[in-house]
Amino acid sequence: MTPFTTLSAIAAPMMFDNIDTDAIIPSREMKSTGRTGLAEGLFAGWRYVEGRVPNPDFVLNRPEYAGARIIAGGANFGCGSSREHAVWALAEYGVRCIIAPGFAPIFAANCIRNGLLPLVLPREAVESIAGREVYINLAAQTLTCGDETYSFPIEAEAKDMLLEGLDAIDLTLKSRTAIAAWTHADRTARPWIYL
Amino acid sequence: MALTLPLTLADKIWDAHVTATTPAGSDLVAIDRVFLHERTGASALKSMASAGRPVVDPRRVFAVMDHIVDTRPGRGDKTLMLGGQAFITETRAAAIAAGITLFDVTDPDQGITHVISPELGIVLPGCTLVAPDSHTCTQGALGALAWGIGSSEAEHAMATGVLRLPRPKTMLVRFDGALRPGVTAKDMALALIAAHGAGGGAGHVVEFAGPAVRALDIEARMTLCNMATEFAAMAAIIAPDEKTYAYLAGRRYAPTAFDAPYWTSLHSDEGARFDRTIVIDAAAIAPMITWGTSPEHAIPIDGVVPSGPTRAHDYIGLAPGAAIIGTPIDVAFIGSCTNARLSDLRRAAALVKGRHIAPSIQKALVVPGSGAVKRAAEAEGLDKIFAEAGFEWRESGCSLCFFAGGESFPAGSRSISSTNRNFEGRQGPGIRTHIASPEVVVASAIAGAIADPRDLEPQA
Ligand code: SF4
Repeated sequence: MTPFTTLSAIAAPMMFDNIDTDAIIPSREMKSTGRTGLAEGLFAGWRYVEGRVPNPDFVLNRPEYAGARIIAGGANFGCGSSREHAVWALAEYGVRCIIAPGFAPIFAANCIRNGLLPLVLPREAVESIAGREVYINLAAQTLTCGDETYSFPIEAEAKDMLLEGLDAIDLTLKSRTAIAAWTHADRTARPWIYL
Repeated sequence: MALTLPLTLADKIWDAHVTATTPAGSDLVAIDRVFLHERTGASALKSMASAGRPVVDPRRVFAVMDHIVDTRPGRGDKTLMLGGQAFITETRAAAIAAGITLFDVTDPDQGITHVISPELGIVLPGCTLVAPDSHTCTQGALGALAWGIGSSEAEHAMATGVLRLPRPKTMLVRFDGALRPGVTAKDMALALIAAHGAGGGAGHVVEFAGPAVRALDIEARMTLCNMATEFAAMAAIIAPDEKTYAYLAGRRYAPTAFDAPYWTSLHSDEGARFDRTIVIDAAAIAPMITWGTSPEHAIPIDGVVPSGPTRAHDYIGLAPGAAIIGTPIDVAFIGSCTNARLSDLRRAAALVKGRHIAPSIQKALVVPGSGAVKRAAEAEGLDKIFAEAGFEWRESGCSLCFFAGGESFPAGSRSISSTNRNFEGRQGPGIRTHIASPEVVVASAIAGAIADPRDLEPQA
C-alpha cells in the first residue's frame, strides 16, 4: 500500500451532510467481484446525465477540480452500506484524503486499510478550506491553508498504518502465537463457540 | 487494556475477546463468527486466495446468497442484475474452495444474512460476529457484539481470527415507559435518529435498554438494532434475557443449554459508565415516516414536512409545510433485514386481511426475510392474505431494499418501504423512498397514499 505522508492539493468542495456510499459508488456500478474498474462509476448518479454524458454542474466535472486528490465534505461522510468499493473507487480516481466534520465508522476504517486519510476538522474549518489549496502533514497531524494551520486528530494505530503503508494482516500475523494461545484457552472456556 | 468494575456489557464482551494489545493501544479482538454474502463475499475470499492466505477456522465462517438473488418463483443463479450471476457463481466457488458453510440460492435455510444468522443460532449472546455488511448490527439484539466491516477487514478476520481495533466508545439509549398501540420498534429507531441525527451514534456501541426495550420480542429487538448503522453507530446491543435464551434454545448452531455462569454475566453492571446516555419516553413516540433522503428526515406520520436541505426537498418533491399523509404512492414494499420476519408479516397481514391495495399502486411486494419465514407464513396462510389483497409473494432476499440494476420503476416514482434507507437512488435512479413500519406500508398501499395505520382496524 502507498504510504501517506504529506499531500498538497485543492480540496474539491462537496459541502453537504450524509454523503452515502450508494452515492459514492452506486450498486449498479459494482460490476465485478474485483476491486478495480470502479473509478468510472464514482459518484455516477451525480456525475453523469442521461446517456452517461458528464454533468457540467457536478464538482468533479469542473476543470479546476477534475482529478481531485482531496474532497471536502459534510458531516457523517461515507454513511450507509459497508461496501469498500466506495473507497476503492475513490482511490482509483486518485483521491487520497477526505476532509469532513465526521465520518461513518466503517467508511473511515476502509479508508485506512486502503491508504486514504479520513481527516476530521470542525465544520467551520472544513467550510473555510473547501475549494482551496491545502497542505497536509500526517506526521505532524496538521493541515495548512493560506495563513491558517489546523491540527487534526487520528488514532495512533491508524496513523502508523498510513505513514508506513502497512498491511494490517501481515502486521497482525506477527502476533499469531499470542492469538493461538488465547484461542487454545478459549476452547475450554467457551466450547460452544468452536463448531 | 482491561477496564475495572462496574462494566458495560459491550466492555465485558470486548475484554473477554482481547487476545493481545498493540504498542499503539489497539486491541487484537477475537472474532467468533464471520458471515459473508455474495455482494462482497467473493471479492474477500478471492483476494485471500490470491494472497495465499487460508481461512484460519472455516467452521466459523458462513456465507449466503441474499443481495442480488432473484426473488421471483422458480429462481436459479440467473438474476435481473446485469452481470449479477457472476457474483453468485464466484461466491459459490470461493466458498467451496475455502471450506466454509454456504447457504446457497435454493437451500431451505437461505435468507437475508441478519435474518438467518439468529434463526440458525449462529449468533450467540456474548459472541463477536462481523460481516462485510453494515446491518450486521441487527444481530446485537441477541446480546452479541456484532458489527459491519469492509472487505479488507473481513479478510483480516478470516485470515487471523482477530481484528485490530481501538476500544469503541459506549452509549446507553434507554427507552422509558411503554409504546402506544400501533407504534413499533421501527418507530423507536426512526424517532431516535430523527432526534439525534444520522451521525448521532458515530463510533459508539449503543446499548438499548429500559422497560420499552425489555417488552419487545426478539424479532422487534432486531428491528431496533438494525437501524443502529443509520445512526452511525458501530454496533447495537441488547442484554440477553429469558426471551433471548428461549429464542435460541434448540437452534442448529446454538448450545443445547444456557446454564454456564457465563450467560448470567452478560449485562451492564449497576453504575457502569457510558460515554453518553440518551433517554427517550417511549409513550411519546408516534408511527414515524421519512419525508427526505436521510433516515434523520423522519417525522410522526401525522406531522408536516419540516424545512430541510433544499437538495432533499428537490429530490423527494415535497415542500416544507406539506402534510405527509395523503401523499400519493406508486410502489409498496414489505421486506428487508429490518422488517421481514414472521412477526412483521403477521402484523401486516392482520391489517391487510379483507382489504385490497389501491388501483393506482404499480407494484406491491412482500418478500419474506428467509426461507424459514416464508414457510412459516405460508403455514399460517399469510401468503394468501397478501395475494388476495394484491401483493406479490416472493422468495426471500434483499429484493427492492436496494437497486443493483434489477427491478425498478420510472424516475420520480414514490415508494413506501419497510426498509432502512431512503437515500437518493437507493431503490433505483430517481426513486423517492419513504421508510416506515410494515403497518404504515400496508395502510398506505390500501389507501394509495401515505396513511396512518391507526385509522385501520385489524379485521377479524
Ligand atoms: S435487506 Fe437491505 S439493508 Fe438488509 S442486508 Fe439486504 S440490502 Fe442490506
